[in-house]
Amino acid sequence: MTPTTRTLSVGTLTRVEGEGALHVTLKDGALDSVELNIYEPPRFFEAFLRGRAYTEPPDLTARICGICPVAYQLSACNAIESACGVELDPELVALRRLLYCGEWIHSHMLHIYLLHAPDFLGYPDAIALARDERDIVERGLRLKKAGNQLMEFVGGRAIHPINVRLGGFYSVPTRNQFAPLAEQLRRALDDAVATVEWVSGFEFPDLELDHEMMALSQNGQYPIENGVIARSAGRVFPVPEFLEHVRESQVPYSTALHATLDGGCYVTGPLARYCLNSSALSPIAAQAAAAASLTAECRNPFRSIIVRAVEVVYAIEEALRIIDGYVRPARPFVEVAPRAGVGHGVSEAPRGLLYHRYEIDSAGLVSAATIIPPTSQNQAAIEADLANMVSDNLALDDAALTDLCERVIRSYDPCISCSAHFLTLTVHRG
Amino acid sequence: MSPSLAVWKFASCDGCQLTLLDCEDELLTLADQVQIAHFAEASSAMVGGPYDVSLVEGSVTTRHDEQRIREIRDQSGVLVTIGACATAGGVQALRNFADVNEFASVVYARPDYIDTLATSTPASAHVKVDYQIPGCPIDRGQLLDTLAALLIGRKPRLPAKTVCTECKMRGVTCVIVADGIPCLGPVTHAGCGALCPSHHRGCYGCFGPSAAPRIATLIPVLRRDGMSDGDVDRVFATFNVATFDVEKSAQRSKQ
Repeated sequence: MTPTTRTLSVGTLTRVEGEGALHVTLKDGALDSVELNIYEPPRFFEAFLRGRAYTEPPDLTARICGICPVAYQLSACNAIESACGVELDPELVALRRLLYCGEWIHSHMLHIYLLHAPDFLGYPDAIALARDERDIVERGLRLKKAGNQLMEFVGGRAIHPINVRLGGFYSVPTRNQFAPLAEQLRRALDDAVATVEWVSGFEFPDLELDHEMMALSQNGQYPIENGVIARSAGRVFPVPEFLEHVRESQVPYSTALHATLDGGCYVTGPLARYCLNSSALSPIAAQAAAAASLTAECRNPFRSIIVRAVEVVYAIEEALRIIDGYVRPARPFVEVAPRAGVGHGVSEAPRGLLYHRYEIDSAGLVSAATIIPPTSQNQAAIEADLANMVSDNLALDDAALTDLCERVIRSYDPCISCSAHFLTLTVHRG
Repeated sequence: MSPSLAVWKFASCDGCQLTLLDCEDELLTLADQVQIAHFAEASSAMVGGPYDVSLVEGSVTTRHDEQRIREIRDQSGVLVTIGACATAGGVQALRNFADVNEFASVVYARPDYIDTLATSTPASAHVKVDYQIPGCPIDRGQLLDTLAALLIGRKPRLPAKTVCTECKMRGVTCVIVADGIPCLGPVTHAGCGALCPSHHRGCYGCFGPSAAPRIATLIPVLRRDGMSDGDVDRVFATFNVATFDVEKSAQRSKQ
């Protein structure tokens, strides 16, 4: 019998950040290969960072991603401050965590309402959804705005904040200035709880991940701006050991590098954070998770939309807690003098663990930089999930199977702009 | 029939098209006024051209994108570049002053898998551009004003004054005069509303050069305020490296 070839193809993956495509090949009715193809052109950050001043990576690497610039800024700060042997005042660390809460709220709301929810409700986009359910989309936009305003208040600007520097901030607000923002966040908390309830009512395809999970662990807090590296099938390890466990390799069909954890594929991001840290959620976030029938672990990538919504409740509660206890830092920043050496830095970007490593020379210039974004860490897991979904749903017609593949990819909230250092959706059937 | 709007991405961080989605109070009203015909980051529904207005984000860095920008121009009534990448080549234009093959070898084990041009160039290097919104990222207010202008048929307001002017108008204490902080405000294109000086930071030029920037006059002030020669070179070599370089070269040749 001659093998028959069936090809499904989508040129541009939509409702994801950046440019990518997917190739799935089926031969004689069985899955042959899955390739996630990131064609986002490379921008060579790790190359041009060499020769830059040790003070510059926070602003330069922010430009890797317009959706999660704070993640880049703070992983870079953590790495360089560690290389220079500087520790921040606790009030400055709290203000960083507050800024990062704003990024989680804005980024998760963008993904939940504008990118992901239309998948579950059968709309091409949130604008079309708004024609039928304007109040719901307006609620999402209100929440997103609360996150952006928090970022603008602490960071000066929502996209590529200007107020972040090594050692802390250029300027720090007074306690009284927080009052209008706190009021906005208290109202946002109700909207966030309603969002968890809304998304928990969606229908979710069956898919359980058996990948290892990796997320930060941060002294009993839900991890955001720093921490040590925790995993579901191994011991916790310190940040400087990251590259001993995580290896990047290159595949011909992608400008993103693939990462493995001790040789295996693994997942980082909301599901991993939740599975490894759900006991650290704040009271209202824990209550919202329970009401949405989440147990201590969630391993269905489609249900990540519920976890993101729970994380937004957490981020708002945490922001309110930090504002409530805010004491204006005695100094806006700690002086960071250059020192030759190597520094490693991590933080939890909205879509997962973001690692930076810098070598700094005696003149205070960067001599080497390594950046490992969450999406390249998740790429192998996304491909494995796509293979499982395709194999389990071969009876579906091409359009339905292609749609399901796109939904798997979207559930990871891939940030392709970050990883092009990702996907045309094509399914070949033979 | 409402006018059609398309949003296109080239090499970029997505931040400038995100600015459109960050217009939380205006997004649904805007969507009532225009047909969002192509916006891959926000919608799976894609309508073919022609388009009344195209917003272009990102710089041209591949052979395929050299072709794509021409096709987009052909399909667009008005083409507006949004942000430093589309307007000036972006931070990825640092390769224009280095060896791109060496850059690729630093990032990738197999640089031969990578298809890239030696330069990162703005849309205007390839096609006629009608309006350019500067900034890394663009200012939300300038984006909305430009879209409103195009909807009602007036010219967008994108004045080529300086951050320094905005700072004075805002009444912010001058960080150069009062604190001796190096600041690019006197030579940087307006639009941010003097954000950095208002946070006690010197402007770092993310909106690119203003019209006729007096860079040669500013450099001695930057040195006086503690910048080394290397610092001065680096401060102009960021998100608008290519356009600042053009201005610096022009001033050198006049001297």
